[in-house]
Amino acid sequence: MKAFSYERIDDAAQAAARAFEVPGSKFIAGGTNLLDLMKHEIEVPAHLIDINGTGLDDIVATDEGGLRIGALVSNTALGADERIKRDYPVLSRALFAGASSQLRNKASTGGNLLQRTRCPYFYDPAMPCNKREPGAGCAALDDGADTRQLGVIGTSDHCIATHPSDMAVALRVLDAEVETVSPEGQTRRLTLDEFYALPGDTPEVENALEPGEIITGVVLPAPVGGRQRYYKVRDRASYAFALVSVALIETDDGKGRVALGGVAPKPWRREDADAELGNGAEAVMAKLLDGARPTEENAYKLTLAERTLAALLAKE
Amino acid sequence: MNSSNNVERQTKTVTPNSSTYSLTINGKRHTLTLDNRTTLLDALREHLQLTGSKKGCDHGQCGACTVSINGERVNACLTLAVMHQGDEITTIEGVGDVEHMDPMQQAFIDNDAFQCGYCTPGQICSAKATLDEIRAGIPSHVTQELNGPIELSDAEIRERMSGNLCRCGAYANILKAIHQVAKEQATEERS
Repeated sequence: MKAFSYERIDDAAQAAARAFEVPGSKFIAGGTNLLDLMKHEIEVPAHLIDINGTGLDDIVATDEGGLRIGALVSNTALGADERIKRDYPVLSRALFAGASSQLRNKASTGGNLLQRTRCPYFYDPAMPCNKREPGAGCAALDDGADTRQLGVIGTSDHCIATHPSDMAVALRVLDAEVETVSPEGQTRRLTLDEFYALPGDTPEVENALEPGEIITGVVLPAPVGGRQRYYKVRDRASYAFALVSVALIETDDGKGRVALGGVAPKPWRREDADAELGNGAEAVMAKLLDGARPTEENAYKLTLAERTLAALLAKE
Repeated sequence: MNSSNNVERQTKTVTPNSSTYSLTINGKRHTLTLDNRTTLLDALREHLQLTGSKKGCDHGQCGACTVSINGERVNACLTLAVMHQGDEITTIEGVGDVEHMDPMQQAFIDNDAFQCGYCTPGQICSAKATLDEIRAGIPSHVTQELNGPIELSDAEIRERMSGNLCRCGAYANILKAIHQVAKEQATEERS
């Protein structure tokens, strides 16, 4: 790990201003992903700003009938919250499908959104990666590369990594918004679709955050009700990243929403695919996975996504 | 004024690469001055000679370093010691010793729940937390009803222990040890 300086700042806007001011700054909350990457020297911050004292660790009701989740709320506390379990069960299910108990206790809501891909080539500094080193090339696109776990849609000729979060897939299907504060103290809200960037020719840009801008919370709209499910397909029964995951909400009016994890650089959802839910999994996936560019090794994900949705729709 | 502000900004260097802080471990306060890179696990093992917590993978995948911070189990390898000023940390040394064995430690012995023993301190810290978390009503991936009671099934315990690996494969007996303590606790609560 490279040496770094450290300070604790107990106000989010001040932390944002400080991060803007000090070159090479990174915020640290739970640190479970950041420290892992720092040990590999994939992340090499010169300065860490510990934001654990900013008080962003509660879940409060909003005037619109929803909830505002502080950026520091742990994955365990969020998944186990009575209001989340009752009114947003797809979010609880997604959270408990991810990581281990030890990690969920430490991992924060904001950090979960910002976690980096688990692409094996991103994690191996001996291999070229456009995310780690813009312009270096992408080892995942070489002949014979191991692409079984990588993306099938929304990818580019420069990067085919996926976003690893389960939580973000549930937030996407719930129409949640990310709340931030800038170094100047300006707040803004972004939908998850606006928040996450597709790789294009700049795979190192993963989201819409400006320099210094900090996530202060996530806002859930009023509960949508309906039957909510999260189904994660993985190589082992626990503590593994998704090959494919499906977040599904079926509302009483016969309508619904569906988002996919494990297939794209961001939680994957299309409104025209939602509209096909009454016509079955094949019709949904024809829209949702339209334009997919799988490799020979990961083309199975297209079939797996459709069958996973079909299984969920058939389940009582 | 402006120019002096600029000078001040340019010379406003960040803090050095080491920090001084106090950690409360097993009820005892320790003041340390360490490189900021020091993980909680390295602070415990290399600087406080509390070598019960083990370093397996050093990346949060094996659970051998599991300790409790403010009552919640975490991977000590994936958190910086400098971030824990004022926190209450409990390691395996604080769980119990040969003279004052914790029921979970006794249950591991009774059920032969280890072979080489390297993962055992982490397993025991995690096993204790597993039962605490079930009692607190925190659901898991395999819990049938999010809002219902949590059944103490094999599947429920296995899922909650999935962050602790055992390369000797003592899982079956670890499961028995946890069931034993769960039964003892249930009996205690009834009486």
